[in-house]
Amino acid sequence: MTLSKRKKMMSLTGILMLLAIFLLPMTGYISTGFANENEQQAKITNPKSDYWRLVRGNEKGYSAVKGRETNELIQGSGQNWRALRNGPVATYGSWMIGLTLAVLALFYLWRGKVELTHPRTGETVERWSVKERRIHWVTAILFIILAVTGMSLLYGRLVLIPVFGHHGFSAYAEIAKWAHNLLGPLFMVGLLSMIINWFKYNYLNKIDLQWFKDFGGMIGDKHPSAEKLNGGEKMWFWSLTVIGIALCLTGLVLDFPNFDQEREVIQISHLTHVITALVLTSFALGHIYIGTIGTEGALEGMVTGKVDTAWAEQHHDLWMKELRQSEDSKSG
Amino acid sequence: MARMKFLCDEERCIECNACVTACKNEHEVPWGVNRRRVVTMDDGLPGEKSISVACMHCTDAPCQAVCPVDCFYTTDDGVVLHDKDMCIGCGYCLYACPFGAPQYPQEGAFGARGKMDKCTFCGGGPEEDHSHEELEKYGRNRLAEGKLPLCAEMCSTKALIAGDGDIVSDLFRNRVIRRQGRQETWGWDTAYQD
Repeated sequence: MTLSKRKKMMSLTGILMLLAIFLLPMTGYISTGFANENEQQAKITNPKSDYWRLVRGNEKGYSAVKGRETNELIQGSGQNWRALRNGPVATYGSWMIGLTLAVLALFYLWRGKVELTHPRTGETVERWSVKERRIHWVTAILFIILAVTGMSLLYGRLVLIPVFGHHGFSAYAEIAKWAHNLLGPLFMVGLLSMIINWFKYNYLNKIDLQWFKDFGGMIGDKHPSAEKLNGGEKMWFWSLTVIGIALCLTGLVLDFPNFDQEREVIQISHLTHVITALVLTSFALGHIYIGTIGTEGALEGMVTGKVDTAWAEQHHDLWMKELRQSEDSKSG
Repeated sequence: MARMKFLCDEERCIECNACVTACKNEHEVPWGVNRRRVVTMDDGLPGEKSISVACMHCTDAPCQAVCPVDCFYTTDDGVVLHDKDMCIGCGYCLYACPFGAPQYPQEGAFGARGKMDKCTFCGGGPEEDHSHEELEKYGRNRLAEGKLPLCAEMCSTKALIAGDGDIVSDLFRNRVIRRQGRQETWGWDTAYQD
């Protein structure tokens, strides 16, 4: 055999081998054919596995027992709700409330009361009208009742059962549940009227930014300018507006089971309700601190409606200036 | 001690709802409250299957874990019961239970919940056995009479079995080995040809 002939043979075998590599695996189609007959057979499944597949996919079936979600065999999201409520929500919630209290106590020990820098003038100006004070105190008292009764449901089993015993706590919890359910919608009315009445004082601007940069005069000796409401008060207003409305809406979902809302909606609402409530409660603790023992002369504004001009000059200079100007223009 | 369990054999359940009716009658539960129900999938289609479900008396019961007043307890037989005197009707057990077992009679306006009611495995409640209070609040206490839950006793095809977990699973295993029809070895049809 010549060299050229051998080369020819080799390349021919090579081509044959390559063809075989591509074509031989396809011979499977000779026995199975290209038709879909086999696919049809694969569709016949085990009804028992189908049942469980549907159940675990939260599919609804049929039940002769009529009612909300009676046709759903297993509803799995309750496990998540349980794990979140009993776990991180309860744990970090208690940390948040506890830390807020600790920080406020330490702050009071370190800074003490923010006192008046100038002696009282004896002259007073009206800060809050009777209507405004009524809205504030009704909403505030409802908030405190709702916070205490609500937290009793979350932490009562851990904290109050050891104190009052099972039956004692249950008797209280029954009243707490009813109080919470009945007063909740009233709180919503109070919150909404507060938002409507005070909306005009709460536009954020550069003065508020400077107020925060100077820590609202609580740390250091600066006296940042403020309008009728300072930056902190405005932030409290907006927290109440945004978080508070979420709190109220989720509360309504929980309060009225007669609308046949499904468990998944209730679970999400409940978690949102608890988280927003705990956040607002810790904010409220700060608000209560600043409004009472934290600042000299702050509480009398909301109690009597009037504040001393020295106080107004120190804490809300721009508002005081405005008042003086309008008075001047009236008398002049 | 026994560990009480329910088992519903979906190959046998014919959705006759006798378990539901038997339970309602035995315990004279109020209108709107159903301690047991039957759920059917693919109703009216080939391959339709049904399962009867009530409280499953879980080991780590979600209702027990979330109850704010801690009114649930597990008996020595593994039956999860609750004290209606303590229940405040908050609905948390209903939110947590995967089986939809907790039931609430409507009490007052806007669907306000009364005291929770659920399957007791025919085991009554914390009151004295066979007392009038127990009957009124929890229904009959068949376990104290040495009997098993009526739903399972009444089941015409013996799809629903109730009793000690070991005996229930022995019964079911025997049944699976002996019965003709569709094989229990899930996935074998697809996986193996010999």
